[in-house]
Amino acid sequence: MTTTDTQHDLPIVRALNVTKAFHGNEVLKGIDLDVHQGQVVCLLGPSGSGKTTFLRCINQLETIDGGRVWVDGDLMGYDDRDGQLYRLTEKRIAEQRREIGMVFQRFNLFPHKTAVENVMEAPIHVKGVDKKTARAEALALLERVGLGDHCDHFPAQLSGGQQQRVAIARALAMKPKLMLFDEPTSALDPELVGEVLAVMRELARDGMTMVVVTHEMAFARGVADKVVFMDGGVVVESGAPRDVIDHPQHERTKSFLRRVHAEEEHRVEAVTALVGLEGSADGDPKGAGQPPAPDGAAGRAGTSSSDVD
Amino acid sequence: MSAETADRPGRIDARPVRHPGRYVAIVVIAVIVAMMVSSAVTNANWDWSFAFQIMKFKPVVNGLWRGTIVGTVGAMVIGVVLGVILAIMRLSDNPVLRGVAAVYVWFFRSIPRLVLLVMFGTGLGYLYPSVSLGIPFAEQLGHFIGLSADATTVGHIDVAHLSNSIIIGILGLGLSEAAYMAEIARAGIQSVDQGQREAAQALGMSAGKSMRRVVLPQAMRVIVPPTGNETLAMVKDTSLLSAIPISVELFFQTERIGSTTFKIMPAIMAAVLWYLIICSILAVVQSFLERKFGRGIGNQRADGGLRARMLGLAGGGPR
Repeated sequence: MTTTDTQHDLPIVRALNVTKAFHGNEVLKGIDLDVHQGQVVCLLGPSGSGKTTFLRCINQLETIDGGRVWVDGDLMGYDDRDGQLYRLTEKRIAEQRREIGMVFQRFNLFPHKTAVENVMEAPIHVKGVDKKTARAEALALLERVGLGDHCDHFPAQLSGGQQQRVAIARALAMKPKLMLFDEPTSALDPELVGEVLAVMRELARDGMTMVVVTHEMAFARGVADKVVFMDGGVVVESGAPRDVIDHPQHERTKSFLRRVHAEEEHRVEAVTALVGLEGSADGDPKGAGQPPAPDGAAGRAGTSSSDVD
Repeated sequence: MSAETADRPGRIDARPVRHPGRYVAIVVIAVIVAMMVSSAVTNANWDWSFAFQIMKFKPVVNGLWRGTIVGTVGAMVIGVVLGVILAIMRLSDNPVLRGVAAVYVWFFRSIPRLVLLVMFGTGLGYLYPSVSLGIPFAEQLGHFIGLSADATTVGHIDVAHLSNSIIIGILGLGLSEAAYMAEIARAGIQSVDQGQREAAQALGMSAGKSMRRVVLPQAMRVIVPPTGNETLAMVKDTSLLSAIPISVELFFQTERIGSTTFKIMPAIMAAVLWYLIICSILAVVQSFLERKFGRGIGNQRADGGLRARMLGLAGGGPR
């Protein structure tokens, strides 16, 4: 199942035979996954395949029905005393989550706090860092995601891409050893996707261990060390992106990739048509004749932060 | 960008829509107001000067402060604090807490405040003339094993003595208010997106901390306006305190002056004016709180306020 990893150390995430059902409907049917220090793992699959649920099981936002999840050697949610599991208290689970950053599809920034206050909140009120240090670190993190001059803006005053970058900074403020991303670009307008992916790419380059649920094939191909294709609550296929994305072995993977590819092409056509229209309206022919990028998402994945107010 | 030429129209300079109905309404209202003012000034039975005098009488001011204002503040503090606790209980996973909160709300919302206050005022002192603080059932157990009751008692409260004091009034009104506040707080808490709690949890906050730091501050935006309503209602409901009976209370005092001097209307108007003043101040406090908890939500008024809307008389109207 698992690929041969070059690292021999203990994985940051180890999931074994994870099962989960909602009201008798089994959405995870025995998931295994190892994520090693510094690895980026992308979870791919059609909606309803269980990939988001699995991601939420890693930091116990969902409790699992079967199997085990360890993060950095800690069994998540339970205390194992000689083979008998004891459910951890809510407080202990909260402590386990401090080590794990999470970025949500809908950002979930605290709307009553400014960008910098969002980032400072957890270090101050969870870790007990003093306010001055927390603010300095928060400002540095906002600088790092390219929002140094937006620190006093409220979330409602920021674009979706900017909000998501603040959300990434907020998660990083807890100095996590693992970052979970739940479709971080799915709620964004197409032209804002690139700035968020650029931040994530940089994070990966800096050696952050990441598990990313995404539909961005270009990101998965370019950044992931391993991709996992899920469907119907099982891992259908996993391995290096070149193998899974470019040479899928299973029919389900192939048909999913075909669908994604077709949709991306459709999107590119739409964007091209739009650009052409704008170009002629401005009386500027430059934009009109540009050929579509060979690989849908690749074109905009590269564009870095463009601030939109 | 948009160069204006003969065949490319420029900036719009149109005549606004006229609203003659607004002028008609102004005339009608002005006539009615003039009639009311004229009556208030010319009809000697209003006796405004005596009404203003009553407003400043010492027992009236005393009743206003120690009955109406202290009663409102005390009852609302109990109501809000207990109400939020009940709302959190109502939303908890613990079925016992959920049930207790539900029964509490059902009971206190079902009893008229007047009945409740009569019950508290006369009934409590009659049933429990004195309450001892100690270990539950210690008295009965102590009797059984031959100990005197004093050995297990920590302190006494003389309920009969308290029964016509503002404390009982505040307790009665506050317990009743908590039932309504529980429902308001519950609606507020439920209005906060589930993702907010998840984000707080993912950052390692405990349930209590995410409630205090993330959920409640956002719920306040929904909670404050109906709580303002409740506070204004409470100001007026303190006039029910006379049922306990408590005599140090605004309406009781003005009414007594009215019935002894036979100047009924001036006395009532003295109370009405005080109620108007207090409620106006509270309305200002409410708008301040709404602005504070509306932080970051972007509910700043987009229209230019009263001036712009009145100028709309000349045309235009809401944009």
